[in-house]
Amino acid sequence: MSSFIIRRLLIAIPVLLILIVATFLLMYAAPGGPFTSERALPPEVMANIEAKYGLNQPLYVQIWKYVVGVVTQFDFGPSYIYKDQDVNDIIAQGFPVTLTYGFWSFVVAVVVGVSLGVTAAIRHNTWLDYLAVGVSVGAQVLPNFVMAPILVLIFTLWLGWLPGGGWQGGQWEFIIMPVIALSTSFMASIARITRSSMLEVLNANFIRTARAKGLPAHTVIWRHALKPTMLPVISYLGPAFVGMITGSVVIDIYFSTGGIGQFFVNSALNRDYGVMMGVTILTGALTVLFNLVVDVLYAWIDPRIRY
Amino acid sequence: MTLLTVTDLSVSFATNDGTVNAVNNLSFQMGAGDTLAIVGESGSGKSQTAFAIMGLLARNGSATGSVNFDGTEILNLSDSAMNKIRAREIAMIFQDPMTSLNPYMKVSHQMIEVLELHMGMSHREGLTEAIRMLDAVRIPDAANRIGNYPHEFSGGMRQRIMIAMALLCRPRLLIADEPTTALDVTVQDQIMTLLADIQEEFGSAMILITHDLGIVAGACDQTVVMYGGRIMEAGPTAELFATPGHPYTTGLISAIPRLDGDDEVLPTIPGEPPNMLGLPPGCPFNPRCALAREVCTQTMPAAEISGNRLRACHASLEEVA
Repeated sequence: MSSFIIRRLLIAIPVLLILIVATFLLMYAAPGGPFTSERALPPEVMANIEAKYGLNQPLYVQIWKYVVGVVTQFDFGPSYIYKDQDVNDIIAQGFPVTLTYGFWSFVVAVVVGVSLGVTAAIRHNTWLDYLAVGVSVGAQVLPNFVMAPILVLIFTLWLGWLPGGGWQGGQWEFIIMPVIALSTSFMASIARITRSSMLEVLNANFIRTARAKGLPAHTVIWRHALKPTMLPVISYLGPAFVGMITGSVVIDIYFSTGGIGQFFVNSALNRDYGVMMGVTILTGALTVLFNLVVDVLYAWIDPRIRY
Repeated sequence: MTLLTVTDLSVSFATNDGTVNAVNNLSFQMGAGDTLAIVGESGSGKSQTAFAIMGLLARNGSATGSVNFDGTEILNLSDSAMNKIRAREIAMIFQDPMTSLNPYMKVSHQMIEVLELHMGMSHREGLTEAIRMLDAVRIPDAANRIGNYPHEFSGGMRQRIMIAMALLCRPRLLIADEPTTALDVTVQDQIMTLLADIQEEFGSAMILITHDLGIVAGACDQTVVMYGGRIMEAGPTAELFATPGHPYTTGLISAIPRLDGDDEVLPTIPGEPPNMLGLPPGCPFNPRCALAREVCTQTMPAAEISGNRLRACHASLEEVA
């Protein structure tokens, strides 16, 4: 197992290098740059700026310098738009925010989604099942950019219970609405996957054996059915967790949380190469890491899997 | 003393294509310690009979009639009442040992949970007893191997584990549903021998469900032959083999491979097992029966009882013989 983990972490290095090069090339290919604006700068000014950031050098030199900086000094370079901050500052500032509301969104989505899915499956084709399926379809078709204004309308404008935005170092009243808005669609997917997986497991022969042993229904579900049910759910959870903790531009903008989700999109629009690369690498590294976590969990659940 | 009396048991399933009558008016009786074989092809309703007795029918299934176990009516009992009978009084051995054990749990846990639940044993007592039971079904090195997962055992060993698990509470009735079908022929023989030994040692009654008449001959006192959800013939196994009273029984017997004959070709029953959704009218066996006549396509023959034998056939005994 430990050799498997080490092997996978070593494979992650070329994966991330390929990610860096590919992102760099795509960005390079996109028209415009961080300093193009409505009013064209005088050519000599432009040349000066490009020389300062090294944008006048050949592409392979730019990539090489960037990679060396990242690997040797953990330096993700400057932001081309926010003049006083470098990429490390921006991530250090924004990532804790998205990590916080993303983590709680994940917890809510898993707890509610799995309970809903399990309930629906064990009460298959009853009103509880239809209700659970209805709720999860409803949550699925309410994207967060619809959820967010509805939540603000209800809890801020009508009831006046929660602040409509801001972060304030992550006090709980600022976290609630981002968490609800972000978690609903994930929760719905988790509920659907759990339900269909549980339905399949409940038809398995070993569940019939468990029932033939006289075990009460809740023991059959908890002890015998839940583990195999979670296998497909977990493979969804890995990427979903990364998606949640790296935030969402809708949440960040709508609730003014200051998370990195908004930097991701803005950097792409503004050609802020440095921030864009930084956030991409962060997301890529997290994806690789949590796919590995998923594989380890798989082996932990299913004793037949050995790496 | 009668242990199990099944009277007019019918099992049906509501499917999208209509109602499937898997078992029709099945009746039989067995005493404590008896062995009874239920024989038939796939789709004959033999497994559903067992599931109905255990209360393990699929959700869309329903059963009518009566199953009396030691003086108590147990058909369609609530799950919580049935859970006091399952494993403790009536235990079941399933067809496919590869999928019938939980692949995600250690064998020890799967066995101990039965003892904790029904016998009130502690984990430690349960472990000792489970190892003893694995020894009884001749699993080598049971004390060390009990901590393994099912996939670490061979098919035959897994079926031994299933048998040991079924025996844990020393049930009075053991239902073995095709216990050897998924196994190699050599292993089949070992498992049948084991079942016979175990049954003698524990004194349990046993219902052996199988499509293989070959393994019935040595193992069971009584045999019930089913086809298309109905009893074709029933009686003491030895008599049934000596003088079969139904063309289907004759066909099954002649389809047992023999090593002592000169036959080059194994005789088979022509046609296919019936489609339970579209059973022919009359006797379900009539499309495949050499003795079929017009009446066979119109009415199901009534069960005719003489002595300890029962047969349901329009043809006379002389014609069948």
